[in-house]
Amino acid sequence: MTAHDPNQARRPNSPTTTYLYDNYDAAFVRERVSEFREQVRRRLAGATTEDEFRPFRLMNGLYLQLHAYMLRVAIPYGVLTARQMRRLAEIADKWDKGYGHFTTRQNLQFNWPKLADVPDILEALADVEMHAIQTSGNCIRNVTADHFAGVAADEHEDPRPTAEFLRQWSSLHPEFSFLPRKFKIAVSGADEDRAAIKVHDIGLRIVRGPDSEPGYQVVAGGGLGRSPFVGKLVREFLPREDLLAYLEAILRVYNRFGRRDNKYKARIKILVHETGLDQIKAEIESEFAAMDRSPFAHDAEEFARIASYFAPPPYETLPAHSATLEAAKKENRAFAAFAEVNISPHKVDGYAIVTVSLKPIGGIPGDATSAQMRALAEASEKFGFGELRVSHEQNIILPHVKKDDLHALWKMLEPAGLATANAGLLTDIISCPGLDYCSLATARSIPIAQAISRRFQDPERQRLIGKLGIKISGCINACGHHHVGAIGILGLEKKGRESYQITLGGDPSLSASIGELLGPGVSADQVADVIEHIVDFYLSERRGDERFIDTWRRLGHARFKDAVRREGEYGADI
Amino acid sequence: MALLKNPKILVASDLRLGEALFLGPEGWTPDCLAATVAHDDVEAAALEARGKSDVAANRVVDVYLTEVEIGPDGSPVPLHYREKMRIRGPSVRPDLGKQAWLGQSGDVK
Amino acid sequence: MALISEGRFIEDEWRHLAEEEDLPKSGKLIVSQKRLGEAVASRPLDRALGVIVANTANPAELAPYFARLSLIAVAFPAFADGRGFSLARLLRRAGFGGELRASGRIVADQAIHARQCGFDTIEIPHDLAMRQNEAQWAKALAAYSGTYQEGYGTRGSILERRRKAGS
Ligand code: SF4
Repeated sequence: MTAHDPNQARRPNSPTTTYLYDNYDAAFVRERVSEFREQVRRRLAGATTEDEFRPFRLMNGLYLQLHAYMLRVAIPYGVLTARQMRRLAEIADKWDKGYGHFTTRQNLQFNWPKLADVPDILEALADVEMHAIQTSGNCIRNVTADHFAGVAADEHEDPRPTAEFLRQWSSLHPEFSFLPRKFKIAVSGADEDRAAIKVHDIGLRIVRGPDSEPGYQVVAGGGLGRSPFVGKLVREFLPREDLLAYLEAILRVYNRFGRRDNKYKARIKILVHETGLDQIKAEIESEFAAMDRSPFAHDAEEFARIASYFAPPPYETLPAHSATLEAAKKENRAFAAFAEVNISPHKVDGYAIVTVSLKPIGGIPGDATSAQMRALAEASEKFGFGELRVSHEQNIILPHVKKDDLHALWKMLEPAGLATANAGLLTDIISCPGLDYCSLATARSIPIAQAISRRFQDPERQRLIGKLGIKISGCINACGHHHVGAIGILGLEKKGRESYQITLGGDPSLSASIGELLGPGVSADQVADVIEHIVDFYLSERRGDERFIDTWRRLGHARFKDAVRREGEYGADI
Repeated sequence: MALLKNPKILVASDLRLGEALFLGPEGWTPDCLAATVAHDDVEAAALEARGKSDVAANRVVDVYLTEVEIGPDGSPVPLHYREKMRIRGPSVRPDLGKQAWLGQSGDVK
Repeated sequence: MALISEGRFIEDEWRHLAEEEDLPKSGKLIVSQKRLGEAVASRPLDRALGVIVANTANPAELAPYFARLSLIAVAFPAFADGRGFSLARLLRRAGFGGELRASGRIVADQAIHARQCGFDTIEIPHDLAMRQNEAQWAKALAAYSGTYQEGYGTRGSILERRRKAGS
């Protein structure tokens, strides 16, 4: 078994470097589709009520939203091949309305499928080794990982084998499919945490043990939503061979003792908080000690089998410096801006990681048309070994592009509306769908993102401001991760109107912190003004190239609060 | 019988399509303007009872009453911005949803 | 109530004793955990005894009775309350070898979960059995040729078969 799809290897740029299903995986996903087809049939025939059907449709990613059903497709650990991206475009055209929405959890959402079509859509996904399994429901959700996995210059170990290992283990888990609440796991293997592991139910950081054996630092009880918590360290070092057994112990403790009386108190973060860290650690360890470990005896072998798929693509030997790139930058200012902002260092000389922003000025964050999906597929085949990534910032990554090719790539992306030079900058706004689509929303979030994006559209001004994450959620469920935005915005209902609470100082990385509230809330048309005041105050106070979060930490929240109240025309509302 | 503070209509989602529907005299309709308006608690209860039986018949799901005001032309318009969104479609995509074929649009306030 | 085993509706030889009812001498009886002590003390050893427990029951408290119990039924207050699945695992781990029964509004879609976690039988209310007939239970149980997790169920997992095929 090799990592390369024999059908694709003949083309020079397209050998894939990710997991490939074997017959068992393929059969499993097909059987999942058949099972769901039967579940839909039984629902339509009245054999199951909506209450009985709902958990099973959710476990296949199917929601009922304001205007239609919504299907959430998993993009496991954020990896997509060109072929898979093309299939997503086909589904968008055939069964949906020609577009999809990339979410903050490495998923893609289709907003308009019909219930009866969903089994066919899932079948079409299964053809290309994709599925919608456990993208919702009170189960172990799709496992997410660093979107720069395998290519980041600061990486110690590729997190994808771990994520795939967990994907298989968590699929249709007999014991843990009816948990108190959803359960999210994220994995990171680099210095910088790009997977936000501290705000997940379990965050795994790949580390080396005392004898440099591979293992994990385990963080549990993080999460956003109504009561945000930064995860707590439950195991400094967990040897790799114990990973599944230990996770099983955590899940068993949670399944038995997590609260089920109140859905807002049902996440593991509340169990950890209410039980106390030492006590919960003791319970996990005692369950871990009591378990029969023989079923896990072959985990190391299986891990190695999975890991063998994630081989690096056939890179060329190139110099670190690309004269072609430098010449093109001199020649074309727009491209130079793109190259400056949207490129990250690659671990292999002569290559770069390209972030394709799905945040055009005034656009809908995370949305991509089927034409754009095809353009991305083609770009990846031409310039990036046919591989793409999806980031939790709702952008697309081309993980291995030759520096020499960057200009040609840019020329291909530009006409497709995919060359916005704002990755990581202020207008690279994370936003959940909010009340424009979501039935749980209390306010819209997309129009707020659009207004801010337009306000700050000047690229010079954005670059001057530097890295600044704005995150917007349309309700307390916090899918837009507003708690960990340097600037977070939460849409609520106040006296029959949409109202927006602003928080400052959130941070999703290893120095994780939850944003602090600026004040009671402002109306939709005031949000952009308030953000502008905050940003202006930051610019006037920052030292050197200090990041927003650092200035905020240095000055303290009160200074920002005062400044907005004093300078803000709308200060009365804050 | 008691008069309602605001009149109400019955909203649901089509089980098969997922589309927002409103209960009218002839049954469920995607057009809010054709919804039957309940002015008192007896009429509201009658709407709810019809809704409940259609849930049991697996025609619709997520049924609820929502308050409306009666426009100058006599047709009901939801009071809450959430339901205003449902009768039109996503405000950020005026080309999609009911607004695309009903020719309705405008800001949801 | 209807009883399901391996995807088939079967006769139930057991009877749930009502709380106010006196302990009869004969028949296979399922008593509440509250009355377990009384039942164990007064029932002749050759009369089969079962108990129904909440999904929050502590397996350690039940373990002393294992030798006397032919059946433990775990109540499912709602089908989406998955505590019963963990309890089944723990009862098996603690060494209970008799019939393990899931009792409540379990739906056919959970047939696999129940079996893999160690349940032998599923007891559901009549109205549910009317909607979800034997064919549906049988089909749901046979939905997968294999699942991933090792140590669940008696059939080999995908991982185990993969290993065998590879070696
Ligand atoms: S945060 Fe709320 S409004 Fe936004 S997608 Fe999540 S549930 Fe919907």
